[in-house]
Amino acid sequence: MSTEITTDVVVIGAGPCGLFAAFELGLLDIKSHFIDILDRPGGQCAELYPEKPIYDIPAFPVVTGQQLTDNLMAQIAPFSPEFHFSRMVNSLEKLPDGSFRLTTDADEIFHAKVVVIAAGGGSFQPKRPPVAEIEQYENKSVFYAVRKMDDFRDQDVVIVGGGDSALDWTLNLQPIVRSLTLVHRRDAFKAAPASVNKMKELVMEGKIQFMLGQIAKLDGKDGQIDHVHLTTDAGDLSVPATRLLPFFGLTMKLGPVADWGLELNDNTIVVDTENFETSVPGIFAIGDINHYPGKLKLILSGFHEAALMAQAAKKIISPDERVVFQYTTSSTKLQKKLGVA
Amino acid sequence: MKIHVTDQAGENHELEGLEGWRVMEVIRDWGLNIKAECGGALSCATCHVYVDGEWMDRVGAPSDEEEDMLDSVGDVKSNSRLSCQILMNEELDGLRVTLAPSAAKD
Ligand SMILES: Cc1cc2nc3c(=O)[nH]c(=O)nc-3n(C[C@H](O)[C@H](O)[C@H](O)COP(=O)(O)OP(=O)(O)OC[C@H]3O[C@@H](n4cnc5c(N)ncnc54)[C@H](O)[C@@H]3O)c2cc1C
Ligand code: FES
Repeated sequence: MSTEITTDVVVIGAGPCGLFAAFELGLLDIKSHFIDILDRPGGQCAELYPEKPIYDIPAFPVVTGQQLTDNLMAQIAPFSPEFHFSRMVNSLEKLPDGSFRLTTDADEIFHAKVVVIAAGGGSFQPKRPPVAEIEQYENKSVFYAVRKMDDFRDQDVVIVGGGDSALDWTLNLQPIVRSLTLVHRRDAFKAAPASVNKMKELVMEGKIQFMLGQIAKLDGKDGQIDHVHLTTDAGDLSVPATRLLPFFGLTMKLGPVADWGLELNDNTIVVDTENFETSVPGIFAIGDINHYPGKLKLILSGFHEAALMAQAAKKIISPDERVVFQYTTSSTKLQKKLGVA
Repeated sequence: MKIHVTDQAGENHELEGLEGWRVMEVIRDWGLNIKAECGGALSCATCHVYVDGEWMDRVGAPSDEEEDMLDSVGDVKSNSRLSCQILMNEELDGLRVTLAPSAAKD
C-alpha cells in the first residue's frame, strides 16, 4: 500500500541550497518535507567533498562540506523539516486545484501546495562499470547496494572495489555466502585500515579470495549471471558467480526532472529571478539546477534564491496573510520560532 | 600549443591547448564527450583519459589522491590519468590522449 503525505512544501533535494530553504520557509511558518535519493543530507558537499574545505561561504573563512551540512541541519532544526532519504522523486504533476502530486520510487505519494526543486546537478546514482549488457542483470543478480542480506545467502558473490562499501560488505556478507571474491585493480585500498586488515585475515584463512584485476564481461541468461570474467595482470580468468556487487561510487544524473514539462536550458530549469519560479506557477527551482542570465553555480547563490523563493511560496500557501518583513536580530516573533527568545 | 584527442567513437580531434589550462578544460570547452562532473576538483573521475605511450614520461605519475579517485572507474589501464590533473605547458605541446568510456556524459 502506498503512503500518502500532505504538506505545504515538498523540497526535492537535500543539498545545501534545499536545506537553507527549510530555514527561510520556516521563518514564514511553512512546513517542508524533503526527498533525496542519498541516504543523508548535504548533496554534493556530503557526497563529493565532505572533507574538502570551502572558502567562500560568508562569515566562514573555512568550512568543510560535511561541517557546512551539519551546521545547516542545526540551523533548520527548530523548524523540524521531515526527511525522506534513499528515494527518488519519479513524477510531479499539477492537479486541477493548483496543488501538486509527487510520487517516489518507494511508493509514496506527496501532496503539496508548492514544490521546490533543489536537485543540484541531478540525482546521485551508482556508477555502472563499463561492462557490456550489464543492465539486463541489474536488480536481479547485479546490485549496487545491499538492501536485503538474505538476497546473498548461500550465493557465489563477487564484490568489486577498494573503498569502504566494498570492504564493509565483504566483511558483512562473508559469514552467510557460499563463496566470496573481492576484486580490486590494485593492492592499495581507500577503506578504513581495520577493515582492510580483517579482509586480509579472511584471505589468509582461506575464507574469501582476493583478486587483482577488473571485471571485463558477464556470462548468464535471463538476468541471472553465472560467471564474471576478469582481466588481471596474470591474464584473463573467469570466476563462478551468482551475485555481483560493483562499488564504484556515485555519479549525478538529471533523471526524471527532465520529464516534468518545465522550460529547460541545457539540463537546467529556467526561472524568473524575481522569485525563482519555473515556467509552471507554484514550482520553484533553486541552487545549481536553475538557470537565469548571469547564474553562478555557488552555494551562496542558492541561499539568496531560497530567501526570495520563500516569500513567493508564502503568497501561494497563505494568500490572505500579510507578510511583514522582519530581521532575525530584532524580531522577537522570529526569535520565538527559532526557540531563542 | 596542440593536443590530440581521440573520442570514445574513435574520432580524432586536434585542439588548441592553452598554457596553464587543465587538459580536461580544453577537452570540455571544445564540446567533446567528457562529463567532468566536479569541474576539476579531483572528486569524480569523470575526466578519465588514456595517455599515449610516448607521452607518459612527460605527463608524470598520478598523485596518491588521483590513484584513489581512479578506483571509482572500472576501465583503468596502466596509462590512465584524470585529465583535470594535467596542466598544459610547452612541454606537452602535441600531447595525445584518448577519452575513456567512463568519461562519457550520460
Ligand atoms: C568538489 C567540489 C567543490 C566545490 N566547492 C565549492 C565551493 O568552494 N563553493 C561553492 O559555493 N560551491 C562549491 N561547489 C559547488 C556546490 O557544491 C554546489 O553549488 C552545491 O552543492 C549546489 O547545491 P544544491 O543544493 O543546489 O544541489 P546539490 O548539492 O547537487 O544537491 C542536490 C540533491 O538533490 C538530490 N536529487 C536530485 N534529483 C532528485 C530526485 N529526482 N529525487 C531525489 N533526490 C534528487 C541529489 O541526490 C542531491 O542530493 C563545489 C562542488 C564540488 C563538486
Ligand atoms: S573533473 Fe572530476 S576528477 Fe577530474
